[in-house]
Amino acid sequence: MATDTITEVQKLSKAAALSTVKRLSKFMLVRLIMLFITIVAGVYLTILIANMGGYVDTIMRNDIRERVNMQVSAMTANKPMNTENRAALVNDMVALEEKRLGLDTPFAIRSVRYLKNALTLNLGRAVHMVSDHGSREVRNIILERLPATLLLMGTSQLFLFFISLYLALRLSRSYGSFWDKLIITLSPTSSAPPWFYGIFFILIFAAWLKILPFSGMVSAPPPKETGAYILDLLKHLILPAGSLIVSSLFISIYNWRTFFLIYSSEDYVDVAKAKGLTSREIERRYILRPTLPTIVTNFALLIIGLFSGATITETVFLWPGLGRTIYRAIGLYDTPVIVGTTIIYAYLLAFTVFFLDFIYAIVDPRVKVSGSNN
Amino acid sequence: MKALKNSLREIFRYPSAIFGAILILLLIALAIFAVIKIPYEEAVKHWRGSEEYVYKNPKNVPPEWYNLFSKKNLPVSFAVVAGEDKEFTKVVTVGETTSTIDYEYSFDFQYDDYPQELFLYIQSNHQTKNPFLSVVLETPTGEEIKISDFGTLNNQTYRFSQDQKLSTRLRRLYGCEVPTIKGLFSIPKSDPLEINRGKYTLRIMVTTFEENNDVRIEFVNHGLVYGLFGTDHMRRDLTIAILWGAPIALVFGLVAAAGTSILSMLIAAVGAWFGGWLDELIQRITEINLVLPFLSILIMIGTFYSRSIWIILGATIVLSIFTGAIKTDRAIFLQVKESTYIEAAKAYGASNGRIIVRYMVPRIIPLLIPGLVSAIPSYVFLEASLALLGLGDPTIPTWGKVINDARENGALYVGQFYWILEPAALLMITGLGFALFGFALDRIFNPRLRGM
Repeated sequence: MATDTITEVQKLSKAAALSTVKRLSKFMLVRLIMLFITIVAGVYLTILIANMGGYVDTIMRNDIRERVNMQVSAMTANKPMNTENRAALVNDMVALEEKRLGLDTPFAIRSVRYLKNALTLNLGRAVHMVSDHGSREVRNIILERLPATLLLMGTSQLFLFFISLYLALRLSRSYGSFWDKLIITLSPTSSAPPWFYGIFFILIFAAWLKILPFSGMVSAPPPKETGAYILDLLKHLILPAGSLIVSSLFISIYNWRTFFLIYSSEDYVDVAKAKGLTSREIERRYILRPTLPTIVTNFALLIIGLFSGATITETVFLWPGLGRTIYRAIGLYDTPVIVGTTIIYAYLLAFTVFFLDFIYAIVDPRVKVSGSNN
Repeated sequence: MKALKNSLREIFRYPSAIFGAILILLLIALAIFAVIKIPYEEAVKHWRGSEEYVYKNPKNVPPEWYNLFSKKNLPVSFAVVAGEDKEFTKVVTVGETTSTIDYEYSFDFQYDDYPQELFLYIQSNHQTKNPFLSVVLETPTGEEIKISDFGTLNNQTYRFSQDQKLSTRLRRLYGCEVPTIKGLFSIPKSDPLEINRGKYTLRIMVTTFEENNDVRIEFVNHGLVYGLFGTDHMRRDLTIAILWGAPIALVFGLVAAAGTSILSMLIAAVGAWFGGWLDELIQRITEINLVLPFLSILIMIGTFYSRSIWIILGATIVLSIFTGAIKTDRAIFLQVKESTYIEAAKAYGASNGRIIVRYMVPRIIPLLIPGLVSAIPSYVFLEASLALLGLGDPTIPTWGKVINDARENGALYVGQFYWILEPAALLMITGLGFALFGFALDRIFNPRLRGM
């Protein structure tokens, strides 16, 4: 009898485990398919916009014809050539160039090809752009600029994230104090974007006080020793990173502080206080624990945000990052580069969103993965 | 309604809200003043910078009030027309075959630097025989410097610094090569050049050879400070851009913020109310929009398609509808949808449209307004950001374009700070005004933030 019950229970728990796995895998599958469709739609839209629905083709065709005409007239400047031969030569060269750029196939087909290549991360070759090392591979163009962007965005955003979390926690403890009020008063200054502060910083520290460089990433010529090089890099980093930090520091602290305050006004926090727990313990167990999912989400989104660069701040500080590369690519109608940066961001975003669901389930016991939609 | 009124009364408890409201009102006043003072067509034409609009303006000089802060007293720009200005006298002596017109203009020069350039703009209505001008400048120390003698065309511009003969004459006077304008305003033979302060008199004698031949002379002095806001590299008066930037920034920010938040609220309401595939579709579009690179798309539209500020505005609204706001709104609507009064409305047979517009939307408005007001600065700055990338509307004077012009012409490197600080200050005021006001509204209307 007893053994029967035990096997029964074992069977039941096995069945439950099996159903959990089933549910989980179904959930994962649905989620993955949904995310994939989102990426496909988003990237295809980007391709369409990057070509203005095929209008960029017209621009490029005219551009090619003009360039070829110039070339031919330069080539034949000293040679007598009748108009027919000349026109034939021009047409041949135009056709060749159009074939090279893939303009001989209609845009509808080409856009699908772009999409397929993008989705398989086959980034291909740029149309006009060349990396600083002379490579036409989109991958090389992006990889070459990525370190600069990651350095700038990484230092500023990580610093911003942790300092504002730390200060917000402290402020939420001393609610209503002078510092708390100061942060509230200063938070509207964050309505200005980083480049706005950047211009002021350049004005004060570079033009007026002359203690920091105007722009760029290293001095010209760059220092030869590694130590001096790093110091030089840091010196150039201060102003752009500083403006990225200052422009959202106060609003970030304010938002986190308000967020923590909402959680610290819960009844269970009062109970914990009544029990006589130390404030550090209350913070760790009753405030940070329930807010962890939000903190993790924000951190994950911050990390993928690093890869998109800060186009305008990079422009103001002439920082050779990814944001500027995208801007240049757009100016040169370089679809592969534009699509390349978009697809990387899209994949990163999709994976992050996908994994966040699991992280939620780990850090927050209230979240359960269910088979049905949400 | 009454609750709304009470909430509005509560605003006055927040000093920052009052300060923000004052800034906003000042901006609106500035915008209205700009629209009334300078008609749009006029502003756009002036901003193109054709000669007829800018001939009185020196190039790249700070505003007149710059003198209050600088150690040096910089020469102020002026332009005077003979006969129209009291100081610029015009005496006509009619003769039998020839007449003479004597012009005399005295001005006090007590500055620590030299003007940029001097001009005579001459217009004469003669038919065949050109009138003859002789121009003389009397310096405070009593020398009479002969500027030039020439027969004038119907329309002629005489530029002091471009006259080779005058340059030669000054070289003879000084005994060495000296820039024309400096030569005119220095004590002769001083080394190093010392500014000759005091009263200068410009005398022009015109001999005309036809009856009723009138000659209009305008004396233009390009100083080193100009007007209320200074000028830029194309000699355009920055007043135009500073004043007209206000209405454009306000309209852009307001339309973008209102369009975005109202449209996303309505779409969220429709999605939440009907549910099903419509709701699902809206959710999916929001996710797709998350993947799209917002700034890159705006740059692409600016580069490939059109730089018109209105097209950029439209694209901004379209791209900003399906963002986080739609999710927040939807969550609230899903709650509202379950309320008993909605059920009551359904019971009495209200249509879907009626329930959405009359019963669901009003519930969210208190939450919508603070968000809308706080979003305005971000759109104002977005327009400036695009201008900074060189994608601003080329025909319309905006603050962002001024900053971009200044940056591209190295204003920070050569120290023309006024050029950047003026539009930046106004952008700052706009940003602060709306942010302060929106912040206070948020704390009043958002029950979770009340008292935090």
